Amino acid sequence: MSDNYKGYRDPALRVLKDNHVQVWSDVELVTKQGGFKGIILPRSETADARHIVMKLRNGYNIGIAVDTVETIKEFSRKEAHYKIPEKDFPYDPKKPKVKLLGTGGTIASRLDYRTGAVIPAFSPGELYGSVPELADYCNLETQKLYGVFSENMGPEQWIGTAQAIGEEIRKGIHGIVIGHGTDVMHHTSAILSFMVQNSPVPIVMVGSQRSSDRPSSDAALNLIHAVNTAAKSDIAEVMVCMFGPTSDQYGLLHRGTRVRKMHSSYRSTFRTISDIPLAMVDRDKITPLRHDYKHRRNDRDVTINTAFEEKVSIVYYYPNMQPDIIDSLIDNGYRGIVIAGTGLGHVNKPVYPALQRARDKGIAVYMTVQTLWGYVQMYVYETGREMMQLGVVPAANLLPEVAYVKLCWALGQTDDLDKVKEIMLTPIAGEITEREPYNGYLIYQGGIPEVEEFLRGIKR
Amino acid sequence: MPEFIKPFAEITPHDYEMLGLKAGIEIHQQLMTEKKLFCRCPAGRYSDEYDAEILRHMRPTLSELGEYDGTALMEFKTKKEIIYRINRETVCTYEMDDTPPFEINQEALEIAFEIAMLMNYKLVNEIHISRKQYLDGSIPTGFQRTTIVGVDGWIPYKGRKIGLIQLGLEEDACREISDIGHQRIYKTDRLGTPLIETVTEPVLKTPQEVADVANIIRWLVRSTGKVRTGIGAARQDVNVSITGGTRIEIKGVPRIPLIPLLIYNEAMRQYSLLQIREELKRRGITEKTFKTNVKDVTHLMSKTSWAPIAWAIKHGEKVFCVNLKGYLGILSAPTQPGKVFSKEIADRVRVIACLTRIPNILTSESAEETISSFVWNRVRWTVEANSRDALILVWGNDQDVNTAVKEIIIRAKEAMIGIPSETRQALADGTNGFERILPGPERMYPDTDLPPLEITSERIEELSHRVPEPIWEREEKYRQMGVPNHLIIPIASSPRSKLFEMLVENTNAPLSWIYRFLFENVIAWRRKGLPVDQLDDAIWETFFASAKDYPALLEKGDKLFEDFLKNPSASFEAILQQYIPPRVRESNLPEIISKAMTDKIRAINTPEKRHRFLMGIIMEKCRGHIPAKRVGRQLRQFFHNQKGKK
Repeated sequence: MSDNYKGYRDPALRVLKDNHVQVWSDVELVTKQGGFKGIILPRSETADARHIVMKLRNGYNIGIAVDTVETIKEFSRKEAHYKIPEKDFPYDPKKPKVKLLGTGGTIASRLDYRTGAVIPAFSPGELYGSVPELADYCNLETQKLYGVFSENMGPEQWIGTAQAIGEEIRKGIHGIVIGHGTDVMHHTSAILSFMVQNSPVPIVMVGSQRSSDRPSSDAALNLIHAVNTAAKSDIAEVMVCMFGPTSDQYGLLHRGTRVRKMHSSYRSTFRTISDIPLAMVDRDKITPLRHDYKHRRNDRDVTINTAFEEKVSIVYYYPNMQPDIIDSLIDNGYRGIVIAGTGLGHVNKPVYPALQRARDKGIAVYMTVQTLWGYVQMYVYETGREMMQLGVVPAANLLPEVAYVKLCWALGQTDDLDKVKEIMLTPIAGEITEREPYNGYLIYQGGIPEVEEFLRGIKR
Repeated sequence: MPEFIKPFAEITPHDYEMLGLKAGIEIHQQLMTEKKLFCRCPAGRYSDEYDAEILRHMRPTLSELGEYDGTALMEFKTKKEIIYRINRETVCTYEMDDTPPFEINQEALEIAFEIAMLMNYKLVNEIHISRKQYLDGSIPTGFQRTTIVGVDGWIPYKGRKIGLIQLGLEEDACREISDIGHQRIYKTDRLGTPLIETVTEPVLKTPQEVADVANIIRWLVRSTGKVRTGIGAARQDVNVSITGGTRIEIKGVPRIPLIPLLIYNEAMRQYSLLQIREELKRRGITEKTFKTNVKDVTHLMSKTSWAPIAWAIKHGEKVFCVNLKGYLGILSAPTQPGKVFSKEIADRVRVIACLTRIPNILTSESAEETISSFVWNRVRWTVEANSRDALILVWGNDQDVNTAVKEIIIRAKEAMIGIPSETRQALADGTNGFERILPGPERMYPDTDLPPLEITSERIEELSHRVPEPIWEREEKYRQMGVPNHLIIPIASSPRSKLFEMLVENTNAPLSWIYRFLFENVIAWRRKGLPVDQLDDAIWETFFASAKDYPALLEKGDKLFEDFLKNPSASFEAILQQYIPPRVRESNLPEIISKAMTDKIRAINTPEKRHRFLMGIIMEKCRGHIPAKRVGRQLRQFFHNQKGKK
């Protein structure tokens, strides 16, 4: 379909054509009710075909039913041209060089008030125009690797990103920031933790929960925190840098293999599970919360290992699950299965024959817990012991998504299930911890007097 | 220097015509819905209690030019910390911008469409939610979700059609608790309440016209019975311009009767600012020749005893002086009653630089006893002032004082253009003060969180049956019916006007009783704290229908209703029965007569007297049941029989 009628289908399209007007026409549209003056806007592809969208002079958009349209008179036509005026990102030889790699998701953007469109800002100049504070921390370079929505990230993008990180490190970059959509940010942070090993510099993943076009967005502050971390932090690991509380106060640096998105919309959605975060970060400083992290180095020695087997799946167990779920994975040639089991890591007996079949076919099956917090422990109950006999390997306190990407990575390296097991159970980036501290599990229950008291006390 | 042309009490419509006054009004009216507009929190529940606080900052998004200029960035750096107080019962994660919107409240949407039809708007077939930006923090998202349901409406006024630009449906904002220094605190309970915004064209020519039209709109929306009433449920903004002036929006007019004075004051302010502009022009001060001299004069203030500056010095703040070259007399030129031009500057310094301790500036034109003339002289020398200059002192911490100095210069320069585009705030005394710089003309963009919503013609058709008759038509009807003048508007604008008309038509009760009960007694009962909401249409109909058979009920009604309202458990029927004596039939008459026939009556010896007396007693029981004529006949028969027996 022609761009001149963007998003319009018949009958609306026909009405536009019959009246010799198109998208961006400034018109008076006369209906049975009278005239409406404004600009015809593109229509969303998913919206119905019976309405024409107009931006009225007062700035509001409305939809007009085409079956009420009598005439449309065009006054003029003004195509919108989106361009963000760039401002050179200031260079300061005393400041460290930070690279921002873009994978998708908008970190910064500007509004076109005439059409209401949100235009992403990405080049250093564009970013400087919208978050000028970045220049206080570093000399920023940017590179757009991909332009995909978070949920469309996959092996191709993970491998490409890991290679790009490797290149930057070898060229001597001081720190790396990765702009990323938030939905699968923790999958990406986990796989990058495995693919990029022994990094001498911080690798900081960042995104936003509220789009950057709104004055209350967390995007700018997250980006400032991430750039501050990449430029100054001593922590040379893959981290996720997102809001700590919902208030504009500080960000948290989460280890890439222990972090998870825990709320569909909150700003403070990312939480470290079964452990505490690496550090707090604000505009001025980075405050480590622990000391067992990998420190920044001056060398450029980094190992990039982008092995990846795509035939791996996660199965989320539910009561009354039938063996055919597992069977279908076996029949479709899957080489690895991660189960998110109940409690300490269980599934029901009817599934056993399928597990046995998987073992016989040489498929790697790993058990994690859908409780998210805590370890798999398959000795406590008989069912657990039985399952281990069927070849199911308990995956300690690997988060299900982390176990998934790690199994992809391990199977990408070898067919030998013993070697796979060795890779899976040997922690290389904090994905399995030896112990869970008492404050690694904190979900305060609202309504309880002392919790309410605490909330009132900390104020936000 | 400017002089007010006439005091408020003497100004005439002709004077306003000479000034070229043009005014319009925006009315924000909360709707009576159970829940909020985009979430499921209860609407209309207010409390000062709060469970937690959330801190946010509002970051300016890129302007049309796509970049920040120095001032905007500076403004952001001296930004406000916004604190939201939240109560678990009235606010959820939606209002705090941590959850996307839920579907628009259909109840609110339907009320908005009903009102749009009432005001003759062209209706929108498909609504699109927009975001209107607010950087003051009054909405945690930084924008208000808003949509329009109609455009180009009108209402009749004095034989004219007053155009209504649009009817918006939007969410209400937070209530401000305080705004001190860099911290502003809001209550959030009101946030998200559905409200409609009615905007008139700027076609009103006198302040009184604005008040009249505001009243018509208020009555009109109230006539639906679906809007909230009470303090804060309806708020007005007025916009005012005079010839050569600028359209200025004055926000937050709490009561309609304040409107005339407010508009008068704004018209005078614009007139005065235009005079000031002319004066500067006469003095040859232009964009090119405008000059200032700014100096840090903190060191000259160490011995000052004037409290505001002494406090600043004690707390390690800086004092700066701005010399506005050639501005002598401008700062003390009157702008509004009791206010001079320097107040315009002080307002800006308060809002933009966050210097909220008042006074926040001191001018060389102040008539009050402040710092000594010795100190003033040293200041004058420091900023190289001559006798034609005007000086402003300002104090605060490093960063704020810097912003303040820049803002002082900006506002002083704006005197050359006359009336800067600002949003101003209505003050209790009828004057107004600076609220914020007017945002760009279009600060609206689509809300990508919600899809467009089709309003089908079938749905509109259905809603159209709920729309009450416009009050202007009812007013005429009631006048002809003989409703007294003082009650015409209250009845016409009442949601019970339909009930009123139905009762007049269906029951034989006299008009005066119906309106007395519906519109006077009910108010009196409500004032007594009685639960008048229990009086539904069926109750009124039953009451007036019973009164048709038993007119004495009307006299007893006041007591009857109070009895009912005080006994929430009793049914209305039951109470009503207590007030209607049991039905008396003609066959009961002999018994009633013989009971009434006491010795005392027998002692009356004139038969006529005796008859009249007895009639009185008997009719008390029979009134409304048996006509007096028949009772009389029976009574005579009774005496006749008695005679026979004897």
